[in-house]
Amino acid sequence: MTALGLLTRPGRARTLAGFALAAVVLFAVAPVVLSDFRLNLLAKFLCLAMVAVGIGLAWGRGGMLTLGQGVFFGLGAYIMAMHLKLADAGPGGVPDFMTLYGTGEVPGWWEPLRSAPVALAAIVVVPCALAAILGYAVFTRRVRGAYFAILSQALAAAFAILLVGQQKVTGGTNGLNGFRSFFGYDLTDPVNKRMIFFVVAGVLLVMVAIVRQLMVSRFGELLVAVRDQENRVRFLGYDPALVKVVAYVVAAGMAAIGGALFVPVVGIISPADVGVVPSIAFLVGVAIGGRATLLGPVLGAVAVSWAQTSLSESFPSGWIYVQGALFIVVVAFLPGGLASLVGKLRRTPPQASPTPPPGPSGPPAAPRAAAVTGAATATATTAAPGAPTAPVPTVRAATGGHDD
Amino acid sequence: MTDPTPATPATPATTPATPPAGDGINLASASAVLGASDDRFRHDYLEVRGLHVEFDGFVAVDSVDLTVVQGDLRFLIGPNGAGKTTIVDAITGLAKASGSVRFGGTELLGRKVHRVARAGVGRTFQTASVFEELTVLQNLDIAAGAARGPRELLRRRGSAPENVEAAMETIGLTHLRDVQAGILAHGQKQWLEIGMLLVQDARLLLLDEPVAGMSHAEREQTGLLLQRIGDQRTVVVVEHDMEFLRAFASSVTVLHMGSVLSEGTYAEVQADPRVQEVYLGTAGAARGARRSRPASGTAAAPALPAAPGVPTTTTTTEA
Repeated sequence: MTALGLLTRPGRARTLAGFALAAVVLFAVAPVVLSDFRLNLLAKFLCLAMVAVGIGLAWGRGGMLTLGQGVFFGLGAYIMAMHLKLADAGPGGVPDFMTLYGTGEVPGWWEPLRSAPVALAAIVVVPCALAAILGYAVFTRRVRGAYFAILSQALAAAFAILLVGQQKVTGGTNGLNGFRSFFGYDLTDPVNKRMIFFVVAGVLLVMVAIVRQLMVSRFGELLVAVRDQENRVRFLGYDPALVKVVAYVVAAGMAAIGGALFVPVVGIISPADVGVVPSIAFLVGVAIGGRATLLGPVLGAVAVSWAQTSLSESFPSGWIYVQGALFIVVVAFLPGGLASLVGKLRRTPPQASPTPPPGPSGPPAAPRAAAVTGAATATATTAAPGAPTAPVPTVRAATGGHDD
Repeated sequence: MTDPTPATPATPATTPATPPAGDGINLASASAVLGASDDRFRHDYLEVRGLHVEFDGFVAVDSVDLTVVQGDLRFLIGPNGAGKTTIVDAITGLAKASGSVRFGGTELLGRKVHRVARAGVGRTFQTASVFEELTVLQNLDIAAGAARGPRELLRRRGSAPENVEAAMETIGLTHLRDVQAGILAHGQKQWLEIGMLLVQDARLLLLDEPVAGMSHAEREQTGLLLQRIGDQRTVVVVEHDMEFLRAFASSVTVLHMGSVLSEGTYAEVQADPRVQEVYLGTAGAARGARRSRPASGTAAAPALPAAPGVPTTTTTTEA
């Protein structure tokens, strides 16, 4: 009861209680309740949720419709997979598929990934660097909205095609698979699989904490400002491109780490996991959960993946229709996602009851406006109801990609 | 709830108490955010030379010269399409222009918009353009923070910065600090924009129709605030409202078809036959163009104030 009480009250205590609850569920309840198979499935969903956390920041708060997160997810995953293949092959060894399709020699750019620290660093650095360069080039040219979405999606398509085409060094359509060990731990051992689940769960919690900090910080406010009125921010002396690049890079890094952890959990990474379709699938969970909230993307991604798995077990062909319908319903009737439903439910009762309004803000504009303008002039009376019509996007072409 | 006796006096006590605190503009707190009128602004002046703006072959602004010194409250007026807003756009880097715009010795043309802003130039927009989903406090805090480093940005805001508090007092929105800017009344949004200019610490303020849609009382307060700012900094106001102009302008530049038609005090500009011609030309056309051009030069002609409700002949100080 006290925990529930904490959860309903905003503030630091609630945040800590929320994290504690999540930790208990992930580290204590889930391993007990779920079979090894299901636990591994949950680990996979949590990896996808990492991508979603980043999308929530970049899209929900930053207005960047990132339709190509598969690129960063794939980069992280392939770098991890390459390291695992090299580690399995042993010092100086050659991964099995290369002897099958290729010359039997390890290409030079694979070699550095034999070292575990290099591989781990590359998992974060390479995708983030790509995102930084790409983001800077795109955002300084003021590419946004649907154009940015199409661009990022095209990139995902190109990346998948490239992977398929380079079969000798990337495994082609089959991708990379058949990993035997993960940094020295046998992947066939259920205990080690469980350990990986804990790693995944811990990393996800850290990511949620990072994004939460970003959202409540001044940067988070600035990001929302950039999303809604990019030009206005410019006139205040900020370079909005830099603000967006930061959010984009964070999202890319999270997608990459999600991809890297996806590899030992699932045991395979192939172009089918990084192309256009999976990139859109990342987005569906975020949209359904509520893109602008902290937990909406995580819960949405896990729920959608979970539903996908369990529904396709019973109705193999039915899921895709359910998913499509769900997406359409949410976008059409609940643009804020299911999280906005929670917000609405929470907000309605306090307004109905005689409640002390939060803080000194009190009943907002209308009465004050009346006091300011003296007589009930047009400005005062239209304050509250007229607000939705009045705020026309004023700065030229200021409409961000927020609504796309 | 238990004992109404202390509560009842409290309620009426706060109600009259609030208006002085929140009754619009509070000039007393302006100095807290404006700071001392020290030498910092002494050398500030806007110097526009040969400004030329062209949109696809259409010349919107043609070789405009304009000098506004610190301590001046300059109004730009002119019929629709005269190029007033375009000049502001050109100065702030939004519209591509040729010529020269110098402020405080720095050339502004060719700079990116955010670099112009960092050089001390702030502007508002015809339609108040605030961050609707953010609160009043957040709006001002963002406006105040262009110089913040990454470490400060990545932290949560503790208490509001002093200049933000002072600006909120000045624009009379302290009691609405945690209200989303999107639900503010129209006039309050425009005040919020002025407040953002203040905390931004702009030394050159360009305001595009800052009192459009405001009530009479609100205009009065806004005008006084602009005068207060203009005492210290360089202020350029684009405005249509002649009554407001007459009450508060220290100098006026009349634009017509992208060029400067006349410049001077309100009285001088009003007496300028060319100005009368332009304003009467349009008014005369509307009336059926009966009046011939030479006649418009005479003193009998209804002069500059084409705005409604303004006595035409004299410029006696009503305000």
